[in-house]
Amino acid sequence: MIVNQFLVLAALLFSIGVYGVLVRRNAVLVLLSVELMLTAVNINLVAFWAYLQDPLAYLQDVQFAGQVFALFVIAVAAAEVGIGLAIVVLIFRNRSSANIDELDLLKW
Amino acid sequence: MTHLVTTLFLYAEEGAEHAVELADGGVLAQWAWLIPAVPLVMMFAIAFFGRRLPNRGWELAEFSMLFVAVYGVALFISNADQGVYYEGAIEIATVGSFVLEWGWVVDGLSIMMYAVVGIVGLAVFTYSKGYMEGDIRYTGFFANFTLFAAAMLVLVSSPNMLQLIVGWELVGLASYLLIGHYWEDHENNAAAIKAFITNKVADVGLFIGVIIVAVTVGSFRFSDVLDAVANADSALIEVAFWAGLMLFIGAMGKSAQFPFHVWLPDAMAGPTPVSSLMHAATMVTAGIYLLGRMFPLYQDELFAVDVKTIIIIVGAVTLLLTGLIALVQDDIKKVLAYSTLSQLGYMTVAMGAGAYTAGLFHLFTHAFFKGLLFLCAGSVIHAVHSNNMSDMGGLRKYMPSTFWTFIVGSLALAGIFPLAGFWSKDEILSSVSFDAAHGGGAVASTVLVVAIVGAFITALYMARAVYLTFYGEYKGEGHPHESPKIMTYPLIGLAALAAVAGFANMPGIYTGFTDWVGARLHVMGDHHAEAINYLLAGLGLAAAGIGIAAGTRLWRADRDTQAARDRFRIPVLYPLLENKYYIDDFYLRGIVNPTKGSIARATDWSNTYLLDGVVNGVGLGAGLLSKIVYGGIDQRGIDLAINATAAATGEAGEQLRHTTTGRVQQYAGALFAGAILLVVGFLILS
Repeated sequence: MIVNQFLVLAALLFSIGVYGVLVRRNAVLVLLSVELMLTAVNINLVAFWAYLQDPLAYLQDVQFAGQVFALFVIAVAAAEVGIGLAIVVLIFRNRSSANIDELDLLKW
Repeated sequence: MTHLVTTLFLYAEEGAEHAVELADGGVLAQWAWLIPAVPLVMMFAIAFFGRRLPNRGWELAEFSMLFVAVYGVALFISNADQGVYYEGAIEIATVGSFVLEWGWVVDGLSIMMYAVVGIVGLAVFTYSKGYMEGDIRYTGFFANFTLFAAAMLVLVSSPNMLQLIVGWELVGLASYLLIGHYWEDHENNAAAIKAFITNKVADVGLFIGVIIVAVTVGSFRFSDVLDAVANADSALIEVAFWAGLMLFIGAMGKSAQFPFHVWLPDAMAGPTPVSSLMHAATMVTAGIYLLGRMFPLYQDELFAVDVKTIIIIVGAVTLLLTGLIALVQDDIKKVLAYSTLSQLGYMTVAMGAGAYTAGLFHLFTHAFFKGLLFLCAGSVIHAVHSNNMSDMGGLRKYMPSTFWTFIVGSLALAGIFPLAGFWSKDEILSSVSFDAAHGGGAVASTVLVVAIVGAFITALYMARAVYLTFYGEYKGEGHPHESPKIMTYPLIGLAALAAVAGFANMPGIYTGFTDWVGARLHVMGDHHAEAINYLLAGLGLAAAGIGIAAGTRLWRADRDTQAARDRFRIPVLYPLLENKYYIDDFYLRGIVNPTKGSIARATDWSNTYLLDGVVNGVGLGAGLLSKIVYGGIDQRGIDLAINATAAATGEAGEQLRHTTTGRVQQYAGALFAGAILLVVGFLILS
């Protein structure tokens, strides 16, 4: 089995996510980009799990470790998005804007 | 605690080794340390909480004296039943070969003192409640007064010479505080200082004596010293004369013997109850007690037997000279003060004659009747608000209780049969005559004559005091009245004791007292006559009778005191007596003033040039040093480093704070950049 195509896909997704996080001004889009990065990680986890399944076959207890990690990441990402969106909503109500550049109160 | 128990056991065994048949006194003796401890604790309790109590501290003082009296009498009875000897000690510290101990000795001598201090103290403290009523320093007075009694008990309970000195000095301190009780008046301060300093001068003798004895014997304990005497220790024999003399000089100070007697009459500046206790049970008896405690040292032919000649002469001189002064005093308390001096002379004579029992017996009886007489005088002063007999007269009608008790006290003091003074004075006379026949020689014979003349003088001045105070017309102001019951009851109690105390020792009939005070470890070799000497008793009684008769003749008839005094104005003698033989003037002009001036100048000079020079030099040096330390090290060194560190940190913060932009995306960018750098670095390195 070849794992390269999955890794390339993951790298592309992660790069798009980093780009979005660093460049986008809308907080919702920043959160979306974070989700993209997490998805890229999930793809990596599952791809490597599939790739390394045979060499790790003797470890009966960790048969589905990659998938379980991916599920954990999805759960954590859901929680993170829930909180993140709630914060964004509150900020929007306060300031009628979700522009991240304007949120620079915590500085020198 | 274990140590304490073993120490006690040790003493008990040591006691048992001696041939004298003495009981150990049991629990009563083991707990006798409470006798000085309870008044001491009460003193502090009065000082701290006295004011808040309903009787403002008096009840605590009274309780402590009641305790001592009951305990003392219980021991007294136990001692009378069978002689008691017990010595307990708690070791405090060891310095070289000397062991520092706090202890208590319970033997015939100390038990007698416990009982006397307790009984007289109880009477005086009860009386003081009435006498001191309304005094502004009421609570403080009772704190000091309790300290006075406690100090005396520390002194008499001491089994070693160091503790004796502690008690000795505490007695001096308490007497100083009490004599100066009315310190608003400068004269009273002067009297307090005079008492203190006179005692201090004599104390130098005591210290030297104690040092000589302790260094020679190698122990401060009386029992060790007296053991050395019993074993004829050759080192102690060599220094015995000087040791004995120096200890006697110490005793002369406290017991106010000529020429240290000057403080005692001035000590009348204190409240009358103080005079009463001081003259009866505490303070002045301390010297006699010390002589009694060290008695074997003086009595043993090998030791300080020569000092006894000095003792008997000093006693006789004191007896005669001070008795004569009492004849011309107008202040009733001073009459009694000089009378005390004279009676202390008797006790000293007895000690000098080697008559241990006689001296202590006179101390015992004198405590009761002199305590009584002072309390009576206080009652009179309380009524007429004056110390002078020229302001009194005719008080017999106004103050019957005081009058009758004063009569009992006076007759006891004059030595009229069968009151206490008769027996004790007769004991002294017969002891001196015994001494004259057994080695005392011409000195003792002369002293015997002086003592009989002294009996005449005693009777004469007491008759004078009685007539001038209680007979004739009242010459003072206001209306005198009898004192309250709290003051008269102690008078009646002491009068009863003054009447019967003499029966404790009647030569040839009942000699209990001899055994009581003889209950000691060391054999005394006491000089005392076994049977009553009718000739001497008759002579003493006759002298007293003539004295009273002469006093009646001189002062009874005269209604006017001034005229009575003038009748006695013999050209040379009277001014001499009135000025107390110019001894006080000699001390003041001859010793105090010159030394005061030169000492003051010398002290001033040494203070200005020596002490101040040293102090200023040290101050300057310290200032200079501190300047160097401050300017050089502190300011330029340490502070510089600290300031530089602070400035650098501040500057770095100022520069770096601009990186905190508040923009999340910049932070994220830095994070990713860092991560990439780490990865690149990792790849290169691997």
